[in-house]
Amino acid sequence: MPTTLRRTALYDRHIAAGAKIVEFAGWEMPVQYEGVRQEHMAVREDVGVFDVSHMGEIETSGPQALALLQRLISNDLSKVPIGGAQYGLLCREDGGVLDDLFTYRLDAERWLTVTNAANHAQDLQWWCARADEFDARVDDRIEDYAMLAVQGPRARELVQAISDAPLPPRMTAATRRLMGVEMFVCGTGYTGEDGVELLLAPAGAPALWDELMRRGAVPAGLAARDTLRLEACYHLYGNDLSIERGPIEAGLGWCCAEDTGFIGSDAVRAVREAGPAEKLVAFAIDGPGIARQGNPIAGGGEVTSGTLSPSLGIGVGLAYVPSEHAAVGTRLEIDVRGKMRPAVVREKPLYRKGS
Amino acid sequence: MSQDGYPDDLLYHPEHDWARIEGEDSDVAPPEATLGITWYAQDALGEVVFFEAPAVGTRLVQGAPYAEVESVKAVSDVVAPLSGEIVAVNDTLEDSPQLINEDPYGQGWMVRIALSDPAERDALMDADAYSASLGG
Repeated sequence: MPTTLRRTALYDRHIAAGAKIVEFAGWEMPVQYEGVRQEHMAVREDVGVFDVSHMGEIETSGPQALALLQRLISNDLSKVPIGGAQYGLLCREDGGVLDDLFTYRLDAERWLTVTNAANHAQDLQWWCARADEFDARVDDRIEDYAMLAVQGPRARELVQAISDAPLPPRMTAATRRLMGVEMFVCGTGYTGEDGVELLLAPAGAPALWDELMRRGAVPAGLAARDTLRLEACYHLYGNDLSIERGPIEAGLGWCCAEDTGFIGSDAVRAVREAGPAEKLVAFAIDGPGIARQGNPIAGGGEVTSGTLSPSLGIGVGLAYVPSEHAAVGTRLEIDVRGKMRPAVVREKPLYRKGS
Repeated sequence: MSQDGYPDDLLYHPEHDWARIEGEDSDVAPPEATLGITWYAQDALGEVVFFEAPAVGTRLVQGAPYAEVESVKAVSDVVAPLSGEIVAVNDTLEDSPQLINEDPYGQGWMVRIALSDPAERDALMDADAYSASLGG
């Protein structure tokens, strides 16, 4: 545990907005403001803004930048055009997952990868240790970017109003000037809603935050970010992804292109061919109760994420179960601190617009 | 959310639970106490989304957990400020757990117990002492 916790450029804004601050991956971050349910529903129904400046950035550049990234990241980045974005995994030789990452192609030979805060230092080491074999340059850019996620059905309209040019569509990114400040605008998010993520120099973040607030965006904390992503069935590293399990078990075979020869590709191929012993499923509790991370499942497996779904009003989560129990509709019994709670394997995502 | 406060007619356990003792003057029945969690506890927890009381007849031991209260984010033990047997539970909390936030000393009560050892009250704090323990 670091002795000095880091603060984002928006720390004072969080305090002023009445945030409850918690330690997260070495940072002092807002876990909630008015309340997790209100913030959650604001993102589902209107627009919310998250300070995610704790996330890290690694820039990879040079003639062999793509070759280095193809070795490191599980997905096939050669398919990403300039201005494109792609999700992928960082794996060990044995297929264990080190991190899950979004990579943006800034230019022909320049890429920006967003890391999880808790993994950033280790990812950077992993990058640097393999960069020597390539004509590529690796730069830690964590100090250079603040990151805001504006999410919800009204997010684009709100950001568009202060942008100098049309916003990039979903899964693409572009440089834009917002209120005259240049930033990188990405059509990505972690909530299951439309929206954008904004990467900019930290000095410009407070004024941008104030303008978003003035236009009616609701500040949303890490707690709402977690309930939103869980309803959308997005993985959280440290919960649903870890070095203990591989991408196929996690249901992330779609972002593994073994033919690129990424580190771990042999292990991933073997599991894909043989079929995984367990799979990550979405579940809903049938009746009262909320399952939590670490709760065991009768017949094998465990809950890796669990919460009360603010949109659905029931306990939901993600769990690894033996593959024979992974079909939608399968009944599970979850041991919630000594009380067996019935649950049902559900289709992913758990929440869909209009459901 | 309710206003910060610690009523004078309650006794407080350091684990942020309160007890309202009633019927001490009666010669026939043992005194009873209504139990719940304090304003501080509900505020630290955030919006309560789930509470399930134990069954009537369950025996509580002072200082030991007897139930769990859950927010979206976390689970927290509810500790018995006094020992006794449950004679009533607040069923409305099953459907309306937010009452624990909105009215922690009123509609947010959790259980009512028949005290097995009324002298245990000497180990509890009054409102002033509890407030002071919070560093207020």
